[in-house]
Amino acid sequence: MNRVRLLATVAFGATIALAATVPNTTFAKDKVKVGFVGPLTGGVSANGIGGRNSADLAVRLRNKDAKAKYEYELIVQDDECKPNIGVQAATKVAADKDVIAAATHYCSAVAIATVPTYHKFGLPVVVWGAVLPAITYGNDYKEVHRVNGTMINQNQIAAKFMRSLGYKTWAVIHDTTDYGKGHNEFFSENLAKEGGKILATFGVTSDQQDFTAELTKIKELNPDAIYFGGLTPIGVRIRAQMDKLGVDSLLQGTSGIVSDAFIEGAGKLAEGTVAFREGAPTEKLPGGKFFLENYKSEKYDNPPEAYGAFAFAAMNLILDTIEKEGPDRKKVRDALNKVKGVDSIVGEISFDDHGQNTVALITKYVTQDGKWTVWEDSEYASGKRKLARQK
Amino acid sequence: MDIGFLAQYLINGLMLGMIYALVAVGFTLFFGVLDVIKFSHGDVLTVGAFAGLATYLGLQAVGISNPAIQILIVVIIATTSVAGLGALIARYIVMPIRSAPPLNTLLITLMLGTVLRESVRLFYPQGANPQSFPSLLPTQSLTLGNFNLRLDNAIMLIAGVMVIVGVQFLLNRTKLGLAIRAVAQDEETAKTMGVNFTLVVLITFALGSALAAFGGVMNGLYYNEVNFGMGLLLGVIGFSSAIVGGLGNIYGAILGGFLFAGLQTIGAVSLPFASAYKDVFAFAIVIAIMAWRPTGLIQEKISERV
Repeated sequence: MNRVRLLATVAFGATIALAATVPNTTFAKDKVKVGFVGPLTGGVSANGIGGRNSADLAVRLRNKDAKAKYEYELIVQDDECKPNIGVQAATKVAADKDVIAAATHYCSAVAIATVPTYHKFGLPVVVWGAVLPAITYGNDYKEVHRVNGTMINQNQIAAKFMRSLGYKTWAVIHDTTDYGKGHNEFFSENLAKEGGKILATFGVTSDQQDFTAELTKIKELNPDAIYFGGLTPIGVRIRAQMDKLGVDSLLQGTSGIVSDAFIEGAGKLAEGTVAFREGAPTEKLPGGKFFLENYKSEKYDNPPEAYGAFAFAAMNLILDTIEKEGPDRKKVRDALNKVKGVDSIVGEISFDDHGQNTVALITKYVTQDGKWTVWEDSEYASGKRKLARQK
Repeated sequence: MDIGFLAQYLINGLMLGMIYALVAVGFTLFFGVLDVIKFSHGDVLTVGAFAGLATYLGLQAVGISNPAIQILIVVIIATTSVAGLGALIARYIVMPIRSAPPLNTLLITLMLGTVLRESVRLFYPQGANPQSFPSLLPTQSLTLGNFNLRLDNAIMLIAGVMVIVGVQFLLNRTKLGLAIRAVAQDEETAKTMGVNFTLVVLITFALGSALAAFGGVMNGLYYNEVNFGMGLLLGVIGFSSAIVGGLGNIYGAILGGFLFAGLQTIGAVSLPFASAYKDVFAFAIVIAIMAWRPTGLIQEKISERV
């Protein structure tokens, strides 16, 4: 009998002790789910995983914050950079009524395919990486927002800048996804305005291995530069095969190749490749240092890659809005539409009528000594080194 | 068109055709001995390329930096390890389901291909990214006008021809080759004549897989880049080449490989519309050839299906 009473007392005491410690962390806070969708497998998964980790970082930091009203849970879906898989992933996230908002998509081809899904389910989303203009401008959906700039801005700057360096003729290789086709369209359009000439345009599939036929044709045409609108994997192949065939034109890429993977893949040949990207290098962003330090201290396996900071900013914007408006999709959507001049680690965010961030920051890059270097800081800008065929 | 560029296109097409032919020969060998279509063949090639790359990195780490020794060891380790993998696949996946409908083998090897591909992506460090493959062959180039022949390309072409001739010699002039051909012609009779059926099948799969690994390393040396998805399209193209040439016939596979590469090059260069359609063009012609000659350009000498 005595023993039983003793046990009961101990158990009671333990319960009290537990109860005393628990409220500090979980008590009183409601759980709120937020989503992340990006390519976690497949050729561009490095960017997707970097984005996922960054969004996860935003959630972790928020959950550590004692002042936060809710406890957040991140629901992650893999879109594989494939439109059909992306729509499934989007449907899964959007159909879960507990998910209040989501940071979505790195691949333009996927983002454009999933927009109607989010609209149908009324899930507010903030795109963190895809740059196709039509994602925000091709519809009137109130649910869709985007923190990064678009390829329109990118190609305006690209055309102007390249002409200012004295380049006259181009050959264009683009992949036949919406991303590549969009880049081709906007670069061609802007280049025509700037007085440059395109000698030939090649559309290639995004998993093509051999470019020797196209590149031999390009060698024949002998352009000053090759404009490549596509992602890292085929960018690496094109750079390597240019060398094999003795093509000495400049390789000019888009945001799709500004990644460490391009430099690792192309090795020494990556030197002197020019590319443009929305935003600025993570460490040069207003909150870049803060982001990188926190990212490091959470010990993620993979680097944040180029768009990690945008994924973080997108997720943070979502969390801020939920804190303010409460976990209600409609309210969050309307509040996101009114975002003007909000500070973030990628700079100020202001959404226009289409939910597009209007503060378009475009950075010019050149690879120098195995690093994507901001053009203004490079030895190419100072005249110490010269790009291929620079006049 | 300038003769120099013409020669350049020819060399491009030949290199491409050589890689396709190496893959196609594997398909044909497997079909010959077991009447199976092994769809994981392209991904076996990927494993070969990555085994070669890993060997190279290992050699660098232990300080062996002579390119001639490196390439030798890379090729030996890639081909032998993948030959072993091929034999294992044959022993534990293909042979046990021999009596099942052929569709099952096709599906199971298709799935195995996905497993291999995704394993490379997941288990190779940073496997999702394209990997830089070293240039181990001399890279001097001969430039004649607009024609640029690199020494490494020439060496690879010659090595490829030698490998194919070697396989041909093995099949037609050795006892082992006789056994392989005997099994291919009539399994039951071969068995009664004292041919060790299982061993012959395993050796054939090892041989075919080693060819794929050789193709994979060659692919890496040629493009200086390998990635986990490289085997997928190569598998499809190698298979189509084997079919269009005549499945079961080694000459057919070689012919099919070069034919396909030629069609792709022509498609990319001479079609007025963008090169986006070069695969459409090449596959369309292949379909037309199949309609014209359903058993392939060169038929198997003894047809089992009457």
